[in-house]
Order: sequence, then C-alpha cells, then structure tokens
Amino acid sequence: MTPSRLAFAAILGKDLRAELRTLQSLPAMALFAVTTFVIFRFGLDRTSLSGSLGAGVLWATLLFAAILGINRLFVAEREEGGFDAIRLAPIDRTALFAAKAAALLVYLLVLEAIVVPVFAIFFLGSAAALPPVAAVLLLADLGLAATGTLISSMAVNSRARDLLVPLVLLPLAVPLSIAATGALEPLLAVGGPGYHRFGTWLAVLGLYDLVFLLAGYAVFDFLLED
Amino acid sequence: MSEAIELRGLRRDFGERTALNDVELELAAGETLVVLGPNGAGKTTLLRILATLLRPTAGEPRVLGARLPGEAWKVRGRIGFLGHEPLLYRDLSGRENLRFQARLHGLRGDVAEQRIAVLLDAAGMERNADRRVAELSAGMRQRLAICRCVLHEPELLLLDEPESHLDAEGREAARELIGPAEGRTRVLVTHEPERALPDADQVLELGVGGKVAIA
Repeated sequence: MTPSRLAFAAILGKDLRAELRTLQSLPAMALFAVTTFVIFRFGLDRTSLSGSLGAGVLWATLLFAAILGINRLFVAEREEGGFDAIRLAPIDRTALFAAKAAALLVYLLVLEAIVVPVFAIFFLGSAAALPPVAAVLLLADLGLAATGTLISSMAVNSRARDLLVPLVLLPLAVPLSIAATGALEPLLAVGGPGYHRFGTWLAVLGLYDLVFLLAGYAVFDFLLED
Repeated sequence: MSEAIELRGLRRDFGERTALNDVELELAAGETLVVLGPNGAGKTTLLRILATLLRPTAGEPRVLGARLPGEAWKVRGRIGFLGHEPLLYRDLSGRENLRFQARLHGLRGDVAEQRIAVLLDAAGMERNADRRVAELSAGMRQRLAICRCVLHEPELLLLDEPESHLDAEGREAARELIGPAEGRTRVLVTHEPERALPDADQVLELGVGGKVAIA
C-alpha cells in the first residue's frame, strides 16, 4: 500500500495545479461573492452592516459561493476517469476524501482572503473585527469542506448534480450556519467586536467539524464502490 | 504453473439485464487470454470485474490469488488496466499525469522519473510529453494511457482494445510495452481477432446475454 500521506499530497497537488492552470472554480466563486455584496449594498440601501444582519449577509454569501466550487470538486474525476485511476491504485481511498476536502478548504480560504476585505470596505467602519472573523471562518470552512466533499462525491454521478448539491448540502449546513453567524454576530457589533457567547459558538463549530470529518472518513470508501 | 485468474459461475446483472452469465475459466500466470464478442456481450464488464472496479452479482473470482471483491485491496497496484478511457487528466501534461500515477503507486523521485522517461521514449511520446493532454490527438492519448498502464510494472494486464486510435508506429510501440514478450499475464479484449489470436493461449467468446464459449 502506498502511504496515505503520499497519496494525499499527490491528489491535493494535482487538484491545485489544475485549478491554477484553468481557474475554473475560484474566479467564479469570488466574482459571485463580490457581485452579491454589491447587490446587498444597493438592495438594502445601506453603507454599513452590523450584528446579525452583517453576519448573515457575510455567511450566506460565502456559503452560496462555496457551492459553485463544491459542484465542480469531482468533475475531473468523473469526466476524465480519475475515479477509476484512483480506485486502481493501492491507496487508502480516504486519502481522496482528505485531499479533496483540503483542496476545497484552500479554495474557501483564498476566496475569503479576497472577498472578506471587500465586505469590510463595503459594510464595516474598521478592520478591527477581521482577525477574529478570520478565525471563525477557518473553523466554519473546515466543516463546510468536509460536508461539501461528501455531498459532491455523492452528487457527481448524477445528471442533476448542480441541483443535488444545494438541495442536500444546505439542510446539512443549517447547524453550521447557525453557529457561524452566532459567532460572527458579536464580532460585527456596532462599536467594535464583542465576545458574548463566542466560545460556545466556536465549540459548536468544532463539534460540527469533527462529526463531518469523521463521517466522511467512515463512509467515503463505500461511496466509491460501483 | 499457478493460476493468475480463476472464474467459477461469474455473473453480473445490471438491473433486469444480464451482462455476464456463468463465466468459467482458468488462466495460468504468463498466459494470454483473448476475449471476443459483439458489442454488448459483456467484455468490458468482465475486465472491470477483474480490475476490481465492479462487483460481480454472483461468483467469487480469484485474481492473482485474491478473492474478489473481498480481497480487492491485495491486488490493486498489481494490475494494469487499459480501458476505453485513457484515465488521464486533460489539464495536466502527459508527464504530469504519469508523475501523479507514479506517486499513487508509491514510486517517487529518481526511480519514478527514470521509469517515466523510459516509457515515454518507448511509446514515442518524449517530444509531446509536456503538452497538456487536452491538446493531444486520440492516438497520442492512447500511447500515454499505455505508459500509465505499465508504469508500476503490473503482473496482470487487462487491455480493452489497446490498439484503438494507434497508427502503425504506435501499434509497434504498444506491442513492445504490453505485448506477450514481456511475460505478463494478459487479458485482451479485441475486435481484431486476426491480430490477437496468434498470441492467445486461450480464447473466451462472449455472446449477447452472457453466453460463453471457451476455446
């Protein structure tokens, strides 16, 4: 058996190289998010957002932008025979889950590095909240990467892939969304970041991450069977 | 001589349709089995079951000493599979694809690079190895797929029409890389029996609906 860390590095490296070369996912995700902020800015007719409204706008935009990337996560494996090539190799198949989740996590982090400053310029008076916001988003991204990878691997063989991913993912992401917006709300409060129940929401996010990472590890092998 | 493949009562259904029915054969290590039959006879299904990519509905095939599907993990990495799809990523170059495959099979560093260079040279692909697969012709992709198939020096080759898309030079290269002279056990699906039969130790003829004849 090939050590899992080698298989993980090979698959992750392949995915990131292909994305860098083709830019099929990230530009679309970023463009969607920025456009959505513009629509919120003019749709709500507000130059600042705070508290639960700010948290909701930020998280919902990132979640829907993430779906664009999740939809495409396994397309190369499906259309170019990568699933078969990986199934023929002497590797633990959970390396594929881990590498795909890591690739999605990288996409989400790059997306947020681009669009969260844009959100701050559009809606926040200062950048003081950005460091703790980044910590919350990192934890939320882990859970979204695990859930998104699982759902994407199930949906990729369906002709209704683009429909299936949001239909299955969004209900599963409700607890994640509640915890993420709960943690973000005090950070975006008027007058600067607060930390009311911040630790509780971080713990909920951590628990969600753990549950879906373990679920992915447990079931992914079965999802690859014929 | 030890048996490389042993099939007893192998059947595979897809819903109501039976693709393979009661396939029985024994193939010794180093032998070549040629599989013939019309479209839809189950040739590709047979190869995919032997490659551990598909579960049989009934029967427990033995491949390289492992019972499938339960012991599939024992033979992955010992099989070279060449199907209808080249199993190459279109946005990577040929060399990058082979490096990726080499890493999945535990080949690293200079060992992998040397093996890749030897195969690309043998397949006549050295000059085009750094072009993206999407830019290559079907014949060039097939040559790369053959390199991928033998990259990890498998004991058993499962070949589904390996000469499709290849010109005369490509066929010569293919014969060098996956031909009988290499001494590997081979299962060869073909629609050109006149080219394959001289190398055959056994012939399996599949008919529509899973009927079988062995010669």
